[in-house]
Amino acid sequence: MIHVLGTMFRHWRRAPLQLVLLIAGLALATALWSAVQAINAEARASYGRAVERLGTGGMAALTSPEGAIALQTYVRLRRVGWQLSPVLEGTWAQGGRSVTLLGVDVLSYPGAPAMVTAAEADGSLGPLGVLTTPGVMFAHPETQAALAGLDQEAFRILPLPDLPPNLVLSDISVVEGLLNRPGQLSRILILPDQPEGLPALSVLAPRLQRSSTDDGPLGDPGRLTRSFHLNLTAFGFLSFGVGLFIVQGSITLGIEQRRGTIRTLRCLGVAMSGLMAALLLELIVLALVAGGLGLVVGYSLAGLLLPDVSATLRGLYGAPVDGTLSLRLSWVVSGLGMALAGTLLAGLQALLSLRRMGRHLSQASYATARLNRTHIWIWCLSGAGLISLGAVVLQVGSGLLAGFVFLGGLMLGSAVLLLPVLTLLLQGMRRMARSPAFQWLTADSQLQLPGLSLSLMALLLAVATNVGVGTMVSSFRMTFVDWIDQRLVADVFVEVETDAQAQAVMRWAKANDARSLPQSYSDTRLNSAPLRIYGVVDDPLSRRDWPLVRGAPDAWDQLHSAGAVFVNEQLAHRDGLQPGDRMTLGPDWSAPIAAVYSDYGNPDGQIIMSLPALRAHVPAPIVRRIGLVPTEATHPGDLGQGLARDLGISATAIRDKDMIKSLSIAVFDRTFVVTGALNILTLAVAGFAMLTSFLSQWSRRLPQLAPVWAMGVSRARLAGLELLRSLGFAVLTFACALPLGLGLAWALLNVINLEAFGWRLPMYLFPAEWVRLFLLTCLAAGLAAVVPVLRLLRLSPARLLEVFSNDRL
Amino acid sequence: MLMSIKDLTRRYAGQNRDVLRGASFDLARGESVALTGDSGSGKSTVLHLLAALDRPDRGQILFEGTDISNLSDAAASELRRGRIALVFQQYNLVPALNVAENISLHARLGRRFDPAWTETLVRHLGLSGLLTRYPEQISGGQQQRVAIARSLAVRPDLLLADEPTGNLDETASAEVLRLMLDLVSRSGSALFLVTHSPQIAARCDRHLHLSGGQVRSAAP
Repeated sequence: MIHVLGTMFRHWRRAPLQLVLLIAGLALATALWSAVQAINAEARASYGRAVERLGTGGMAALTSPEGAIALQTYVRLRRVGWQLSPVLEGTWAQGGRSVTLLGVDVLSYPGAPAMVTAAEADGSLGPLGVLTTPGVMFAHPETQAALAGLDQEAFRILPLPDLPPNLVLSDISVVEGLLNRPGQLSRILILPDQPEGLPALSVLAPRLQRSSTDDGPLGDPGRLTRSFHLNLTAFGFLSFGVGLFIVQGSITLGIEQRRGTIRTLRCLGVAMSGLMAALLLELIVLALVAGGLGLVVGYSLAGLLLPDVSATLRGLYGAPVDGTLSLRLSWVVSGLGMALAGTLLAGLQALLSLRRMGRHLSQASYATARLNRTHIWIWCLSGAGLISLGAVVLQVGSGLLAGFVFLGGLMLGSAVLLLPVLTLLLQGMRRMARSPAFQWLTADSQLQLPGLSLSLMALLLAVATNVGVGTMVSSFRMTFVDWIDQRLVADVFVEVETDAQAQAVMRWAKANDARSLPQSYSDTRLNSAPLRIYGVVDDPLSRRDWPLVRGAPDAWDQLHSAGAVFVNEQLAHRDGLQPGDRMTLGPDWSAPIAAVYSDYGNPDGQIIMSLPALRAHVPAPIVRRIGLVPTEATHPGDLGQGLARDLGISATAIRDKDMIKSLSIAVFDRTFVVTGALNILTLAVAGFAMLTSFLSQWSRRLPQLAPVWAMGVSRARLAGLELLRSLGFAVLTFACALPLGLGLAWALLNVINLEAFGWRLPMYLFPAEWVRLFLLTCLAAGLAAVVPVLRLLRLSPARLLEVFSNDRL
Repeated sequence: MLMSIKDLTRRYAGQNRDVLRGASFDLARGESVALTGDSGSGKSTVLHLLAALDRPDRGQILFEGTDISNLSDAAASELRRGRIALVFQQYNLVPALNVAENISLHARLGRRFDPAWTETLVRHLGLSGLLTRYPEQISGGQQQRVAIARSLAVRPDLLLADEPTGNLDETASAEVLRLMLDLVSRSGSALFLVTHSPQIAARCDRHLHLSGGQVRSAAP
């Protein structure tokens, strides 16, 4: 066996470029997959750490449909023997910035040890400092830095990196004072260990709702971010699949080129099983080497991408993810496992065809690779079958997984359909060809098609993904920009810290001929999930601009006159709500739904109703932001200056519409930085796959080119035709990828977004982007053809003449 | 004189002897000439030089008085497209094209495609029933007939054939040769044929022998 293996391996010494391509392809595929997995693993580890140290996601919680729970209720339950921990949560505006303030009972809160450790680490506080020092608070270092302007005498904010950004954690006694909500609780956590034989909570507190997990800001961030990671994994998997096309091409060529060696070894008495085992062993060695290399590249890539990913996760979901990467054994093992499995999968076809050939190794397989009508039908039916399967799963099943199965079926089925579609297109072009050179080119391309099909499939998938994801992101961006305009009804927004300050701002606005649009809200729960209810005043700008997705024409009249509500799109999707339905908000509180509105970037349910209707159930809704609309004669900037001058409101607490809009768009753009990077990488991998295919075909091209050269087609013209062929394939593949990409975009906007986030997005078309991508595709195909074309140009006539040598067989 | 070959010398890189050493001979219009010689004597080299597929180290190849021994790739290609055609032992058909397309390809590349003449060739070579087939779907003898039809469809001034019957059995071989000689005489071309077989050489107008890098008339 060792001699067989040695003989087989010697091939690579004679074909070093091919070996480099094989290892590079596999390393690239593994790298992209591993990078995504490293990012996911790091994020999950961060979530795990946060949950373990501070988290409450694994605990059940009690909430009230009215919003607040009286402190007495908690005391009563504790006296019965229930092990509970109270939580008070609210919005706290400080220094022009709104943060979530979370008050916990340090003695019963499961994450208290992390608070004590952070206090000790500060050095100036002892273990009991959390309890005994007034105004001690904890926040993520970024939030701590942002709140640096706070009164240092009254508050002492200590860094606690496991906390999500924009959250301040403190003792409940501090928080109830700051929120002015004495004796109120937002929810009560049910601790894991309870004494036996306690009366049921449903009996003791029948008005409270029990949820199996805490959905508060310290709940499990992994649940919120699941769709994000699933998207990332899907992208990584796609890149891996595209990379495998390179590997498949190289392995097939490696075996093809060793037919002679294999035949000789067979003649020398080596059993086919021995040869297969040697080739298998060779694949395993190559997979481990390339996989190891891929892990190194993937680790570096993940290190580069992680800061952007963690910023996205913090910004979008408030999920705490470190910006640094650590090496994990599970990640190394899974990366090598994928490389191994991928290599074996890619090599399977070559090994099986070798086994099938058995003794007839001398048979030339290439000339008979022409697709006949039966082949075309089989490919067509297989492709259509895969697409149909995906569509059926989408119809029958539900959820994100069904969405991804649909996408998988669509992409894979279309890739399978590419070969017959290109065959038919080339047949048509061949029939229409007038010039003999072009006729030869189309006929020859048709013959090359099976050998190039895998790399063209890779190109199809890469281009379609670029079109699909690009259209999705650009459509989302366009919608988002419009939506921001619609949601930011007022020209100036003021963050207020107290109700008294809110009243003062509204009085000032009235005195200065500006309209006030206070954002009054109350937080509650609906079907065990958080729900924020906004009370809005009747204003013509809201009626004109608010981004309604669907609803009755007189929806606003219903809202202000008939006690109707508008629900956000994600809540409507989650609970199956439609305009005309009636929703129950509490034991004695229900309202008809008049409309559904878009509310991008918010993972939670939200409804709006008229301010009087909200006040009827929540007498003192919270107001922490007020929108101001000046008269036409007043410049928005003057309003801000007046507020600062007359009421002493900090300049950072006053923001105009344009500022908020540009900040929001900046956050949006950063969210898709990773997607853009993976898009370009996938296209690069596809270009590389084409290069591998062309080089793989090179050794088989000479016998096909030499006769044409002998008939008077110069090498320069042949080189030009080769380049044209490569560009032609790229153009045809692009033509097929464009509709597929648009189908993908549709699925992402209407299926994946809906299942992942609860909103549908309109689809816009961006022809300029297509032109850019078309040029990039041609560039990739052109670059892939450069090496074969240069080889052809530099080819000595002697090499071509070898084809005609009578002794060559 | 269609072609005059004067004092050709050719040595391949890495070899320590000349394959050709001052080889000279003439070729007239309408004439069929066979070149024989031992394996490795340089027969194919002569043929490749005549087709401007290769260049001599020294010497001249005058085609209708013009030296074609040192043409650029483009000029040599132009010559082969219209005036010189080749038939190989391995047929070298284009696998991507069917029989009809293979036959017309060379003539169309040289803008010399004549449907009536091609039809005549197809009929004479017995290829009428094979036109839509692909090279791998027909026998070796049939492939060689397609290759001959392809070369003659150009109505070349010079037809070069390298062991055109080397892969065929005796009957097919005789038939192919008969057709080639017949069609060359009909079209007025000259035929230069490289072969191992004295029988085939004997059927040509002249028989040359290559030995020691030089071409001599073979003994009758």
